Amino acid sequence: MVTEKARVLNLVQAINEALDLALARDERVLVFGEDVGRLGGVFRVTEGLQAKYGERRVFDTPLAESGILGLAIGLAMGGMRPVAEIQFAGFLYPALDQILSHLGRWRHRSRGRVGLPVVVRAPYGGGVHTPEQHADSPEALLCHTPGVKVVIPSSPERAKGLLLSAIEDEDPVFFLEAIKLYRGSRAEVPEGYYTLPLGRARVVREGGAATLIGYGGMVEVMLEAAEVAAKEGVEVMVVDLETLVPLDEETLLWAVRETGRAVVVYEAMRTGGFGAEIAARIAEGAIDHLQAPVVRVAGYDAPYPPFSAIEHHYRPSARRVLAALRRVLTH
Amino acid sequence: MKPKVVQYLDKGEFPLSEGEALALYRAMRRARFFDEKALTLQRQGRLGVYAPFMGQEAAQVGVALALGEKDFVVPSYRESAMLLTRGLPIHTLLLYWRAHPAGWGFPEGVRAVNPYIPIATQIPQAVGLALAGRYRGEDWVVATSIGDGGTSEGDFHEGLNFAAVFDAPVVFLVQNNQYAISVPRAKQMRVDYIARRAEGYGMPGVVVDGNDALAVYLEAKKAVERARKGEGPTLLEALTYRLAPHTTSDDPSRYRTREEEEAWRAKDPLLRLRKALEARGLWDEERERGLLAELEAEFARELALADSAREPRPEEIVEHVYAAMGPDQRRAWEALRQGKHVEEVW
Repeated sequence: MVTEKARVLNLVQAINEALDLALARDERVLVFGEDVGRLGGVFRVTEGLQAKYGERRVFDTPLAESGILGLAIGLAMGGMRPVAEIQFAGFLYPALDQILSHLGRWRHRSRGRVGLPVVVRAPYGGGVHTPEQHADSPEALLCHTPGVKVVIPSSPERAKGLLLSAIEDEDPVFFLEAIKLYRGSRAEVPEGYYTLPLGRARVVREGGAATLIGYGGMVEVMLEAAEVAAKEGVEVMVVDLETLVPLDEETLLWAVRETGRAVVVYEAMRTGGFGAEIAARIAEGAIDHLQAPVVRVAGYDAPYPPFSAIEHHYRPSARRVLAALRRVLTH
Repeated sequence: MKPKVVQYLDKGEFPLSEGEALALYRAMRRARFFDEKALTLQRQGRLGVYAPFMGQEAAQVGVALALGEKDFVVPSYRESAMLLTRGLPIHTLLLYWRAHPAGWGFPEGVRAVNPYIPIATQIPQAVGLALAGRYRGEDWVVATSIGDGGTSEGDFHEGLNFAAVFDAPVVFLVQNNQYAISVPRAKQMRVDYIARRAEGYGMPGVVVDGNDALAVYLEAKKAVERARKGEGPTLLEALTYRLAPHTTSDDPSRYRTREEEEAWRAKDPLLRLRKALEARGLWDEERERGLLAELEAEFARELALADSAREPRPEEIVEHVYAAMGPDQRRAWEALRQGKHVEEVW
């Protein structure tokens, strides 16, 4: 890892830097999607890249998500390394056939002949008062698709290294970026090219009373809750899963066994969400260590509300995490 | 105005070299031979569900032979004739229709990808594969195929639009075989010719008599040439008919009349070409017998190869999901390899 120099960047800048480095390093890397070229993306993640690398390597596509995913698959079949942007993760739905039937399946259905090193970047999640359909967290749909990997970074420094790993990876990777963190999170980011391994969870805060488990935009919420708990003398462990597929079950179970109590936090709707998978894995692998039932803090079983004034009731907050923590501690 | 339907055979025209004409006939005859054998094998329980292409040989072989060595075909599930003509070994194709893992691993060097089961999803992928050639400095062309029903899918429209916008070197073959399983063209869309849609995307659209191998082959060659020169995609509609059922599980008597089938049988692309060849002294009964004997021997060898394929191993279920197995695949792989149920190990 190159660590000599680091600057404070936000998530948008860190991802932009990763794309810039990937484009510079490998001629096969292409960046495309809706509005990513001249405009630089609706969140400006791809700003300046077309000017630097030309319309051949950074280009706008017609407005058609299934077409974008299909194009990416074909390009990868032909030996390229496409990085496609879907403007919002909630707009992945028109492309689900390409994702479920093909992106995740080609290696398997060709018995290894056709591997697809595709990266699909998409902003997800709420907390920033977006219009209808712009705040969905569809990671569970993607995780339920064999053959794809799912990565959700929680900080600019992690995002840069994970994205470069995702682009180097031989398999398709969904790289979901929490909209709330785009400009809301800032951190020291090392200069230069570095990668961080996919498939590893990390402990972002130590503590013995209970374990909070989450990813992406929920990490800062969990840390905020942990901070409040610490002031009351309760030290909790916080685990950032970072890669949902493949899941680092070893770290997850270790972290739960250490404390015997677990709260899983995710901002998608509760039923069938990825947090349900985490809870099930804990039940299967660490039940003997549990001193309380696993508690989930999640969205409600309803579409993400487009109503700014009440949206914060849907998206898990530090307050709700603390309430769940109290439940597992007093069981 | 009705578009012109390109046709040569019934007009007595024959703008082909002897070699090309014989290559077309041989490939079509070989494909038909495979189709008939496959249907028999299926009835004997030696093949799974099979999608016959009988009647569509001219469309598939015509396009496949119009391609160069470096070009790719991106086929749908009915395109066995196309795959055979592109060099996919018969035993691999038999194993594919046996749902044997070895039939899914196409050999290196065969410039074709596995057939697509979902409808129209191959269309935007073919565009991507075509553009990849351009990025890599290879002037490969991609021919992709779809049925009339498939053109109602969103991916068809997205893919054609992308191809036109990016000037992608693609030939889109629509095999208009009149039915999407049971739904006829007229209940599928309000246009009489699918090739008309081409103008809406900004590419040339051509209608050919899909049972006239000359027409398909020559128009496909033009389209391939255009694509190779950087002039972009072409939509080629081949008017044809599926003489057999949709799949071996289908019963066309529920939605088609015998009269209609007979009328199309009279336009059998194989017989039409053979007659034209015979009229020019290029073919006769003896040569036909010789070719059939050759095909019979080839098929027997290939079937024996398919029959000798090893039994699939249970652990193949979790192989090739990722380039390297993740922890979950690894655990299942070990369990399946040891003959244990996953529940015993997980």
